[in-house]
Amino acid sequence: MEPFIRLRGVAAPLPLPNVDTDRIIPARFLKRSRADGYGSVLFHDLRYDAQGRDRDDFILNREPFRRASILVADDNFGCGSSREAAVYALQDYGIRAIVAPSFGDILYNNCLKNGIVPVRLDQVTVSALLRTLLEGCDNHVTVDLENLLVMLPGGEQKTFDIDPFWQECLIKGIDDLELTLGHERDIDQFEARYYAEQPWAAL
Amino acid sequence: MMAMSAAASRTLFDKIWDRHVVLARERGPSLIYIDRDFIHEGSFHAFADLKRRGLSIRSPRHVIGVPDHYVPTRGRSAAEAASSDIGKVITRFEENMAWSGVRHFPLNDPRQGIVHVVGPEQGLSLPGLTVVCSDSHTSTHGALGTIALGVGQSENAHVMATQTLWQLRPKALRINVRGSLSSDVSAKDLVLTIIASIGASGATGHVIEYAGPAVEALSMEGRLTLCNMSIEAGARCGMVAPDDKTFEYLYGRPFAPVGALWDTAVAYWRTLPSDPDAVFDREVEIDGAAVEPMVTWGTSPEDALPITGAVPDPALFASPDRRAAADAALSYMGLRPGTLLEEIPVQRVFIGSCTNSRLEDLRAAAAVLRGRKAVVPGLVVPGSTLVKREAEAEGLDRVFREAGLEWRDSGCSMCVAMNGDMVGPGERCASTSNRNFVGRQGPGARTHLMSPAMVAAAAITGHLTDVRRLRN
Repeated sequence: MEPFIRLRGVAAPLPLPNVDTDRIIPARFLKRSRADGYGSVLFHDLRYDAQGRDRDDFILNREPFRRASILVADDNFGCGSSREAAVYALQDYGIRAIVAPSFGDILYNNCLKNGIVPVRLDQVTVSALLRTLLEGCDNHVTVDLENLLVMLPGGEQKTFDIDPFWQECLIKGIDDLELTLGHERDIDQFEARYYAEQPWAAL
Repeated sequence: MMAMSAAASRTLFDKIWDRHVVLARERGPSLIYIDRDFIHEGSFHAFADLKRRGLSIRSPRHVIGVPDHYVPTRGRSAAEAASSDIGKVITRFEENMAWSGVRHFPLNDPRQGIVHVVGPEQGLSLPGLTVVCSDSHTSTHGALGTIALGVGQSENAHVMATQTLWQLRPKALRINVRGSLSSDVSAKDLVLTIIASIGASGATGHVIEYAGPAVEALSMEGRLTLCNMSIEAGARCGMVAPDDKTFEYLYGRPFAPVGALWDTAVAYWRTLPSDPDAVFDREVEIDGAAVEPMVTWGTSPEDALPITGAVPDPALFASPDRRAAADAALSYMGLRPGTLLEEIPVQRVFIGSCTNSRLEDLRAAAAVLRGRKAVVPGLVVPGSTLVKREAEAEGLDRVFREAGLEWRDSGCSMCVAMNGDMVGPGERCASTSNRNFVGRQGPGARTHLMSPAMVAAAAITGHLTDVRRLRN
């Protein structure tokens, strides 16, 4: 996993609540192999018309947001289906951090597993940030994972919270599966005790 | 006997969680032991991950593979899939099943079905267990008193390799449904009422425990429907405390414990309900008696209203963001504010999905359709091959066929539109499924969510209809 310490980048505003993972990547694209890349189908039906042409009104089809590395979204971003392909699409497009008032829990976890930093900020801050990005000339935001700070256009700083375990994994690019494999003896011991206590749980 | 005074009061969730902690850190997530991992065709990413790392499955007997998302509903082989691309996904799944040696109910096995129908039906999901599946509707299994978490494919790979998962303990939300539901409404109407009340992110970061007399009175199948849609309120999982109804439902199921093990299990399961003084982070009260037949009008499951209502006016919504979202939803749905919900025409119906494809659901729809004709086309897709057989033994298939609907083989079908069963662009579908998202049932498809009885009523009249009008 690519480590994430601090990122300054163009932030694209997506001022819609309840953006579900079906919108991030429609189901018909989930058959593709990861090797084929998912970036081109990110937000497919919002981004392209029926003929496959760019929709001018979609934020990622406008400069400078085409090269956004940060997405600013509204409440409940990534709700719905657990499809991790939604995160693959964001990652393959080049998004490394997402700022929103709240996230779908499964998408939030999927972000942590793929080196994307989900940043929860309060609704008032996010609503103001969305307006600034839509109207303003400064569209750069900085996400500082080490110090848990977001620098908004205009220089204002906001703190955010992320669990310290996941913060460390993201900063160091630690893969949690590798970490868990190091605890194999703990799992063995747990299993022996567990099935002795409740043998009915085994298949 | 141990003195209990020192033990802190715990919730149903706490009791199960505490028993599954392999490693606890002072702060942050715990390493949680996972009893069952259900997998479907989408698992190809997880298998690719395991193969890349040179890992195998730690406990193949506790991983259960069932193809459901891509399977044809007209035929039982990958060769009958809607396209060769879709067929390849099913074939790849079969290859991964052979490679991994996990427990597997292939497409032509009578135990095949939608994974969230199969788990409870086979007695694989049990009270007191932790269950994961790389599908958000895993919350369904919580109806048995199970911690059931929807996960992504990275987490799925983690569970397959280690039988564990790093998880933060969610907050606890209890939803008390007081009184009793009217005989005219179902668990689907109740859960749509709850989501409309607390919102699509109302339970984010929480486990929901559904409680109260109206929940206790629900059948197991009703509880499965209720817990199924917990994710549509944002919840990490939904649960109902196990009781005699749960035990009766599970007794004798193929993978449920037997003999002395059954007795031991039941004795333990009886200790699981939340302690009377257990503390929840939040509590919500719902009046069961006030629940009416519900339909959705927009593109989020929170956009639900009683069928007696009208399409809302976005101008009356509180925040500018919500107004914009409601405007966009009405534009996509092709609806005008003020239109009576009962006046909305439909071009298609769908009865199926992990929400509403069990025997009781099919019976409820058939009771409305019996002796009547549907004026629009539609699919009826049972949740498992066993449900299909049971329904046929009762003659329900004939009721659907005689009404003019198609009786298909089991799978996710038109709920997620991955297998080629789709709603056309601009078409409006009355559906028993769980998501009315933009494009969910196909690009441009317009979905109205409701109960099986309400879908049956819409099929007969060709528009959204209060099913109470068609009874007596």
